[in-house]
Amino acid sequence: MKLKEILECVDGKLVWGESHLEDEVIRGFASDLMSDVLTILEDDILLITGLSNNQSIRTAEMSDITNILLVRNKRPSQNMIDMAKELNISLSYTPYSLFKTSGLLYAKGLKPVY
Amino acid sequence: MHEEFTIPSKDFSVAGEASSKIKRILKQLNVPPQRIKQIIVAVFEAEVNVIAHSYGGKVLCDIEQERVLIDVIDTGPGIEDLDLAMTEGWSTATSEVREMGYGAGMGLPNIKKSCDELKIYTKKGDHTHISMRFTL
Repeated sequence: MKLKEILECVDGKLVWGESHLEDEVIRGFASDLMSDVLTILEDDILLITGLSNNQSIRTAEMSDITNILLVRNKRPSQNMIDMAKELNISLSYTPYSLFKTSGLLYAKGLKPVY
Repeated sequence: MHEEFTIPSKDFSVAGEASSKIKRILKQLNVPPQRIKQIIVAVFEAEVNVIAHSYGGKVLCDIEQERVLIDVIDTGPGIEDLDLAMTEGWSTATSEVREMGYGAGMGLPNIKKSCDELKIYTKKGDHTHISMRFTL
């Protein structure tokens, strides 16, 4: 799925990273635990998380994840946006919960990691 | 090439800065991306451990032709039960650390999986020294 299709599917809004809208995303990983995210070695992943702080961006950087979707209408802080820009990671948010977001995207064909 | 980074205690705003710099160096040296990811996951976990659990410490990075050596040395207070700390899911992290997204009890197990050789010196009341070797 392309990032723009993912955002349409979950009523998501892109905060930063327009150049990523055409990114082909193969898998999704939903977690608020960053050590779980760090176990992923696959590429082309969407990180779906309720963790709206710099640590989600840092963790994405370490795991080569270039697209982050925040759930439950969590808006990223300016500090997060600046960091995302610097690291070229797209930041979006959806009003839906982690469960609903994951369910909708799974039903649309986004693959799980495990 | 030798690099040293000072890691503060409890300041999550700088968590990952040392790992990020090491990642950039490995990229510049054209290390394959999958290998960089494995190395950096271990370094980042160790860096976060210093911030979350210790009184502060250092990350020492030595990059040689065919291997990367990373030593993470803190100033205490040491790990009480290393076998438990190596168990997936075991954590002594505070609620503050968990709010940051850490403390899942996967730090040391993730480190062990990522490196080719791991040595840990620790003792309650003393410091912890994690020595990681990665073949390139």
